[in-house]
Amino acid sequence: MNQSFNWEAAREALPLLLEGFRVTLLATALGTLVAAVLGLAVAVAGRAPSRLVTVPVKAVAEFVRSTPLLVQLVGAAAVFSSVEPLVVGIVVLGIHYAAYTSEVYRAGIDGVPQGQWEACRALSMSPRRTWQAVILPQAVRNVLPALGNYAISMFKETPFLAVITVQEMVFEARKYGADHFVYTEVFTLAGLIFLVASYPTSLLMRKLEKRLGH
Amino acid sequence: MATDSAPLKEPADAAADRAVTGVEPLVRFDKVVKRYGDHVVLDQLDFTVRRGEHVTLIGPSGSGKTTILRLLMTLEKVSDGVIWVDGSPLSHVRTPSGALKPAGEKQLRESRKKIGMVFQQFNLFPNMKVLQNITEAPVNVLGMDREEAESRARELLDLVGLSQKVDAHPSQLSGGQQQRVAIARALAMRPEILLLDEVTSALDPELVAGVLELLGDIARNTDITMLCVTHEMNFARDVSEKVLMFDAGRVVESGTPEKIFSDPEHARTREFLNAVL
Amino acid sequence: MSDFLSVLGEEFPQVTSGLWVTLEATVLGSLLALVLSFTFGLMAGSRLLLVRGVSRTVVEFFRGTSLYIQLFWLYYAMPPLTGYELTPLLCGVVAFGLNYGAYGSEIVRGAINAVPRAQYEAAVALNMTPFHRMRKVIMPQAWAQMIPSFTNLLIQLLKCTPLLWLLSAADLMTAIEHVRSRSGETLGTYLLLLAVYFVLAYALTLLMNMLERTAKRRLGLHTGAGSLLRTRTAEAAATAGGTR
Repeated sequence: MNQSFNWEAAREALPLLLEGFRVTLLATALGTLVAAVLGLAVAVAGRAPSRLVTVPVKAVAEFVRSTPLLVQLVGAAAVFSSVEPLVVGIVVLGIHYAAYTSEVYRAGIDGVPQGQWEACRALSMSPRRTWQAVILPQAVRNVLPALGNYAISMFKETPFLAVITVQEMVFEARKYGADHFVYTEVFTLAGLIFLVASYPTSLLMRKLEKRLGH
Repeated sequence: MATDSAPLKEPADAAADRAVTGVEPLVRFDKVVKRYGDHVVLDQLDFTVRRGEHVTLIGPSGSGKTTILRLLMTLEKVSDGVIWVDGSPLSHVRTPSGALKPAGEKQLRESRKKIGMVFQQFNLFPNMKVLQNITEAPVNVLGMDREEAESRARELLDLVGLSQKVDAHPSQLSGGQQQRVAIARALAMRPEILLLDEVTSALDPELVAGVLELLGDIARNTDITMLCVTHEMNFARDVSEKVLMFDAGRVVESGTPEKIFSDPEHARTREFLNAVL
Repeated sequence: MSDFLSVLGEEFPQVTSGLWVTLEATVLGSLLALVLSFTFGLMAGSRLLLVRGVSRTVVEFFRGTSLYIQLFWLYYAMPPLTGYELTPLLCGVVAFGLNYGAYGSEIVRGAINAVPRAQYEAAVALNMTPFHRMRKVIMPQAWAQMIPSFTNLLIQLLKCTPLLWLLSAADLMTAIEHVRSRSGETLGTYLLLLAVYFVLAYALTLLMNMLERTAKRRLGLHTGAGSLLRTRTAEAAATAGGTR
């Protein structure tokens, strides 16, 4: 049976969706933070002098990168069932994306000329000081656009959190849809909200990429 | 009205030229202008090339020599003026009212039939072996029978001294060998006019002589008209009958190589020759 | 644990048929994505503003709206709106195809633009038609460049197939969920599922590396056998940020 778009239902559902959207944004922001910090740690660990550190770190990152986020989420939520789902969701999102951002950092670190390392050694700087004062400031600047693009990707994958009962936008959409049997309206609205939020952000990232000369 | 913005007939001095020489020029630039934004590369350029002539274009870099070849190959569009090839406009078509307007892809392809080009960086197709680089266009553009195209390609490879490289990939060849294949590829299309754009500039010094010798052979043994942009003054002297000296988008001086190299009239020509010789 | 293994043994036929559904969705979804990648990627290079505009709009739309929502829209919203109903598997194939086709079109567009302009000029100088230039000169060179990025997208697509579980499509995850609820073994079940996906991802990467090797060999570039075992890590940083 064909039926037309129910504007009334759309108007009624919109505040609920926007309420859920706040959770979506929160999860994206915190998830990105985890991915940015953890990714950096993984990248630095991947450069450790001992293979006892680098090999396992790289293997775990490869495994996390090659397996589905949804399975990781559902599995983690089931194993850590006593933890707040939103927390589990943010941590898993962060870990999953850290496996990607670590590669971004790695490329950024590899991009720092070998001479910079040698100069630090010539000045007898400690490894800690070398990373802090010389290598990372140069590496991080170049990775910003790529990190931004991963944040946008993560944003578009936050609906996965609905599966582990985090009450973000798509969760609200499904709930409203099931209660009132108006799926068309709520999913169309939710899609448009994603589009309106992500399109300008990705344009911004492209501009940033150009500015930094990628 | 836009309809009378370009001449209906070939320029009057073409007829005069024909009256003197008895031959119509094969190529005629008629007040050709090429601009990139505000930068004028060619400024109301006039010159002619007769059939069978071997012309060398010399001049400082940025003087517009390469642009002339690119305009003739229709890789660029003229900003103003008309290029005539064999009495027809190269990159324009006549409207029913007789005026000229820029040509579409179909007419451009008609114009390109007469012209071939060899590039500074060879530009062989890396996805094709040597033989296919040469046969691809004869078979699929000219509609030549594949066997005929291949046997002709082998003859051409023999001519350029690379018959043993038929099945090589371009990446397996030296720069000089690649350029020889590129010359064979251009010849396979049986062009009336061959454009040579600094064909030895990207080669190691020891490979230059062989390529120049090959081009000299082609100039002597075929009736192909050649326009050559080069910094090799020996080549200009040995192969061409006419040298055009360019500066700032105009022909400063033209004449036989003997005249230009031994007794240049213009101060810019003297400066340039002193710098390169 | 022995409970888990015996349940797994009993459910084995369902698990293997679930694996086939997952592979089917991956293969069909990628094929659709491949077709759409070339369609919209080639349209993006058109001389006509309208054609470019249509391509740009479609691509930005499917990139900008989340895959998850596209999938649910097809499953829940399309039937009442249009009267057409797709099977869960088909919903997945169409949603994966559209979403990754949009990302793939950017790969196609980028690779075509990356072929040196001199190659185009050499083809013009040999008087080839625009179609002939694209087919015989530009595309074979662009193709070799596209493969590593396509490999990334293929793995991303594979990793999205557990979404089929949410539409009860009888895929691998659905079957494994069944094993979990019957055996009560949580950690082991999910680790198994992750391991299966890891093996699938690795096998697909290997296949794509072979494809890349063939394409590169056609350009006269020879890569050692070691390149086959290479994982996607090197390319991931370079391309995935923009194309994911």
